[in-house]
Amino acid sequence: MIRHAISNLNGWLAILAIVLSSSAGDVLLSRAMKQIGDVGPLRRKRGLSFVALLVLRNKFFLLGVGCMAISFYSLLFGLSWNDVSLVGPAAASLTFVANAIAAKFFLRERVDSRRWAAALFVAAGVVLMAF
Amino acid sequence: MTVRKYLTLAGVTVFAPVGDSLLSYGMKQVGNISLRHVSELLLTITNPWVGLGIVFLLGFFATYMTALSFADLTYVLPASSLGYVLLALIARFALHENVSVTRWLGIALVSAGVGFVTSGPELTRRPPRRRSDDLATERQL
Repeated sequence: MIRHAISNLNGWLAILAIVLSSSAGDVLLSRAMKQIGDVGPLRRKRGLSFVALLVLRNKFFLLGVGCMAISFYSLLFGLSWNDVSLVGPAAASLTFVANAIAAKFFLRERVDSRRWAAALFVAAGVVLMAF
Repeated sequence: MTVRKYLTLAGVTVFAPVGDSLLSYGMKQVGNISLRHVSELLLTITNPWVGLGIVFLLGFFATYMTALSFADLTYVLPASSLGYVLLALIARFALHENVSVTRWLGIALVSAGVGFVTSGPELTRRPPRRRSDDLATERQL
């Protein structure tokens, strides 16, 4: 009984860690790429290696990759405590909603009703697709 | 949105599920790896399916970063979630797996979400900064 409760608690803590680190990673990567600007014209003008170097030297990019690594290890931790059928969809769908909130407040994106609806529909759809 | 931008989003959508599927197929061929023999994990890259899966996932990361350079995060994420639908369609029509009614409902919801977000603008336009703001910033520096 207690063992089951601990397993459940650890599973949900892992889901929380995945959602937070994955959203932080996405926000940081997005911030890095907005700082660099549209890479299409930049690549044509200065070449692929210049763009790659620009991305790899951006501190927000490096922090974002670090957050993604934390998210990956949190997923492995979560999978060791709970079923993939719970951890996978719960983390994926909550990340869509968390990203919308984080993008609104940290990236100052204009998240209108259309984008809220999209995030919620996709989050609900991901949960249903797991069954 | 230009054709190049639509192609980039299509790349994000296709590379991730195909890469994951290739990795899954390759790892099933490799078999279980014990934590005591972690070095074996490095050798899994020699499996052609795992190698190809990694190439696809690198393609996903490159197209994802490119998409984030011209579109908002709240646009790219739902728009590229069509990959979930693609995975379900591969399971149903290529692998002949059974897709339940709830899963079809999930596909419908994801597709509706993608429809919502792609009908709007891809980037939050900010008004250009006024000259006086620039001067104030320069003075602060």
